[in-house]
Amino acid sequence: MRRITLWLLSTLSAIVLLFSYPTSRNADTATAAVAPTDANATTDANATTDANATTDAASSAATQDTTAAASSAQDATTQSSSEPPTSSSASSSTSSSTSKTSGSGATTYAGDAVMTRWGLVQVQITVADGKITKSDVLRIPWDNPRDQQINSYAVPILNQEAVTAQSASIDMISGATVTSVGYTQSLQSAIDQAHLA
Amino acid sequence: MTAITAPLALRPIIERRAFVEIIMGMPISLHIKAIDVQRADIEQAAANVFATLRKVDDLFSLWRSDSELSLLQAGAVIAGEAHEWQAEIVDLCLEAEERTGGLFTAWRNHEGARPAYDPTGLVKGWAVEQAAAMLRVVPGISFCLNAGGDMVIGHGPGMRGVAPAWTIGIEDPRQPDAIAATVEVVEGAVATSGSRARGAHITDPRTGAVVCRDGSATVVGPSLVWADVWATAAFVDPTWARELIAGEASAYSLTVL
Repeated sequence: MRRITLWLLSTLSAIVLLFSYPTSRNADTATAAVAPTDANATTDANATTDANATTDAASSAATQDTTAAASSAQDATTQSSSEPPTSSSASSSTSSSTSKTSGSGATTYAGDAVMTRWGLVQVQITVADGKITKSDVLRIPWDNPRDQQINSYAVPILNQEAVTAQSASIDMISGATVTSVGYTQSLQSAIDQAHLA
Repeated sequence: MTAITAPLALRPIIERRAFVEIIMGMPISLHIKAIDVQRADIEQAAANVFATLRKVDDLFSLWRSDSELSLLQAGAVIAGEAHEWQAEIVDLCLEAEERTGGLFTAWRNHEGARPAYDPTGLVKGWAVEQAAAMLRVVPGISFCLNAGGDMVIGHGPGMRGVAPAWTIGIEDPRQPDAIAATVEVVEGAVATSGSRARGAHITDPRTGAVVCRDGSATVVGPSLVWADVWATAAFVDPTWARELIAGEASAYSLTVL
């Protein structure tokens, strides 16, 4: 009798586990996605325990960052293209971004450099524990003042966007074939490379 | 007694693997989720996927003068000797034109010349669907095959009800560096039409004029051929296409950005 109940229980638990599998996994990824939003801090396992608190903090931080970036970009635009100081730092980030990845087993993947109407665009992502923690624009066209305006607006937000996108765990990117030329395509190829085995 | 602990130990970890090749002038990303993504049958299926796409490109590319369609149009191959897919694509193009009320067409009128046949817009979605069929027979996998922003998502045998959802980010057409919306798909197709970087390439078949609107149209539904056709139609005339989709193709959902 004992053995029968035990057997029944074990079968039951097996079935329950089997059915609960995809849901529980989704929950796992959801919480896991939150943790690395704080890109540079080496997140310890304890950070994930209070899931809601972290989500709130992370998302509010994210929105603050975005708005801050947007407003600063607007500032830059209103000042017009009087001086191009930020451009040099962005284009030279190729070397600096690779060196940042030494800590905590993070790996960087550079996407393909994609030719756009405006010039070459190349994106690099940093992956830690299977999540994108950071994205850098390695190459972006800075040829004329108008490009600088567009890019000084776009770059901070799209960097933020890749991280926010990953916290919603985006698997793939859909866009008009013609539109995808550029950042998104380079981002997609960086995501591809992170999974190339 | 040991039976109790067994299920916990057997709890699987889903791995993910990407395969990428440039075919038809664009990067084709194939992502596979499975418990063991290093399986030989998965690699074979991925090779079959790319071989299928290359075959379609050999037959239909209008950018290559040695493709069968180019040879057909040059009169170097006669219709009776052409691959059976040629006729299938012509039929699909005719059907698409009819169902979209002319918002989609593969025939362009030229002044003083006979209409030029260019099925490229339909062939891509059709090719990805043919290629995805190679993946639907691989047991225990979930896949997403993305051809330049248009994709098919599905799974192999044994995954019904347990296949994971793929989160697809839809690019913001006014700021191609940002994600405007996301959609979760377990099985189906996502297609986006718009015009931007390579210059406006979508013309309104009714007038022959280039569609000057910015923005994009995304359609999610069961078949990529039709998701793609409806996305193109919706980019040309969102209002009319929305009515047509509601009546003709209620399984498809349209998002205009």
